[in-house]
Amino acid sequence: MTDSAAASRTPVSQTPVSSRRIEGSSAGDRVYRWTTAGFAMVVPILLCLIAWEVFAAGWPALAKFGVGFFTTSDWDPVAGNFGAAPAVFGTLVSSLLALIIATPLAVGVAIFLSEFAPRPLRQPVAFFVDLLAAIPSVVYGLWGILVLVPILRSTVMPFIKNTLHLENFPLFSGPAYGPSMLAAGCILAIMILPYIAAVTREVLMAVPRSQREAALALGATRWEMIWAAVLPYARSGIIGGVILGLGRALGETMAVTMVIGNRHEISASLFAPGYTMASVIANEFTEATSDLHIASLMAVGAGLFIVTIVVNAIARWLVWRTGGVKTA
Amino acid sequence: MTVPGRLHSVASIRQDLMFPTHLESAVKLWHLAIAFAAAAAASCTSKTARSGSDTTGGGTRTASGGSALTGAGATFPFPIYDRWFHEYAAKTGIKINYQPIGSGGGIKQLSEQTVDFGASDAPMTDAEMAGAKGGPIMHFPTVVGVVAVAYNLAGLAQPIRLSGAAVADIFAGRITKWNDSRLVALNPGVTLPNADILVVHRSEASGTTYVFSDYLSAVSPRWKASPGRGKELSWPTGLGAKGNDGVTAQIKQTPGAVGYVELAYVKQNGLATALIQNSAGQFVAPAASAATAAAEGAVAKLPANTDYRVSIVNSPGAQTYPIASFTWLLLYRNEPDTVKARELVDFVRWAYTDGQKDAESLDYAPLPKSLVSRLTARLDSIVPRRPAAAR
Repeated sequence: MTDSAAASRTPVSQTPVSSRRIEGSSAGDRVYRWTTAGFAMVVPILLCLIAWEVFAAGWPALAKFGVGFFTTSDWDPVAGNFGAAPAVFGTLVSSLLALIIATPLAVGVAIFLSEFAPRPLRQPVAFFVDLLAAIPSVVYGLWGILVLVPILRSTVMPFIKNTLHLENFPLFSGPAYGPSMLAAGCILAIMILPYIAAVTREVLMAVPRSQREAALALGATRWEMIWAAVLPYARSGIIGGVILGLGRALGETMAVTMVIGNRHEISASLFAPGYTMASVIANEFTEATSDLHIASLMAVGAGLFIVTIVVNAIARWLVWRTGGVKTA
Repeated sequence: MTVPGRLHSVASIRQDLMFPTHLESAVKLWHLAIAFAAAAAASCTSKTARSGSDTTGGGTRTASGGSALTGAGATFPFPIYDRWFHEYAAKTGIKINYQPIGSGGGIKQLSEQTVDFGASDAPMTDAEMAGAKGGPIMHFPTVVGVVAVAYNLAGLAQPIRLSGAAVADIFAGRITKWNDSRLVALNPGVTLPNADILVVHRSEASGTTYVFSDYLSAVSPRWKASPGRGKELSWPTGLGAKGNDGVTAQIKQTPGAVGYVELAYVKQNGLATALIQNSAGQFVAPAASAATAAAEGAVAKLPANTDYRVSIVNSPGAQTYPIASFTWLLLYRNEPDTVKARELVDFVRWAYTDGQKDAESLDYAPLPKSLVSRLTARLDSIVPRRPAAAR
């Protein structure tokens, strides 16, 4: 214990000594050091300033409505009542839905690429999956309006309702308009898929060869080897990737706004329109004139800020826990 | 920027490390560059600030050639304003920078005096007027916007007819089927389908929503009580789509859908539009001429000292289309910069004459002639017309 602690400290303690020596001899180094330190400090300072600004601007709404701001669902700019519960609900549900759809797909893609794909196929397929992340959000939104939503309305939703006879199941009740929580979840799933797939692929490739060989030596088939030896080893890294995807889904704005139906209402049905926190801000900020309306939108922003930071913190922690696996 | 950069070429880095004086000189150069940039920026702003007082006397035409007017506000009239600014710049050399950031933003920026003029789809409230830092603000209607009720129903030979009360009931969720008895009564001889009505409204705050809810509040006391009139409402039913184009796409795709969109989008996308019953009991199709008639009907009743913060929905007259609204340019009554004041007024004057010709090709309705002459006289009261020779 003490040995390893001392051993790990030794290389660390050498760095300041050497830098101190240079520091004494060169004013240039000092300048560089302070300049880079200044650059490094800009980021956390900026983060704190943004947080402060958002919270301060949202404070009038939080002070007026209290906790009720996040638990009531009446959003009426004409009467001056604001409750963000539907937006919080929509943000969490659409993101969770996206994870439920995207995770198996992404892990499947990653397993294929790292375990099964012939070598010449690996890079091109991985490249195309990564390319999904480069498509602008608004393009996804347009595709959603023009392709995904009509398919959902005319094919998927009638199939679930009429062929599977699930129309009385609360999750699929109500009329099938098209723009819905389901549409938002599908769009988000496609958008976060490359993130989860890329991280998972990296994690799977980092699984030691010995792990695989041991499983094969015990007589496992290829599939059993992946299921019993590779995936458990990579589990926490995969979770990290999933939560990174979740972080992205929570904050996604444009594409979701275009397909979710934008309705301030909590509904059990995935076919019903909903709202997300980011969409509310994007929709209403430009024309919000009353002070309370602006403050309420800022308070929604503050809520989103907290949710995103918490999720990202969890992701960092999980990825760090896997050890040695680098994420982009 | 490039000067210190060049000093720090790869070859010289090592030297700099050995001889910190080089580095110091580089840092000094940086400071110099920054100071220079700041000075340049400062001189720019002081130049624009000065241009007013320096050139008050005369020769405004030459003096104003380089300066630019800035404005911000409504997105709804942006297509026609954009064309106007281009044509006006080509004609007079006066550049006008307009940011379509939304009516609310335009009012705020004008109140803070960060722009020379504002633009809004909804007239400023008394409280907003009182909050303006530059004193009293004048409203100048520029064109008339037309909002159509568009729907998607297959197999109808003629456009459906709707009364104001029926429109209010549909958008409030009190009429939910297309073959509701109230709709059938309005459309004798038309077989309306037994289909659900899907209401589509704007998801973001919008001047179009303001005009539409202004109309519904005028014709339906129940609507006026709730959800009322505003750029963004607590909608009792339906789903929100972003922008006129979003609503248009949704209506086009969904059988049984109904929504409200600006006239231009209806025409470009070939949507069916309802005939709306006006205050004279006639069913009128949305069209620029019918909206101009609405403005004429409303203006005829205005007192001589009106500030033009008026609604023209449901206005009198047999030919009027009832869902129409002015969109306004907002100017300070006492613009301290007299050169700018003259330039702004000259522009608005131009917009009332030559500019009106652009309106119909962009699916806005031009102002009625009677109103144009009243408004031009009002402009003359702010800044007297220049002698013809000087123009």
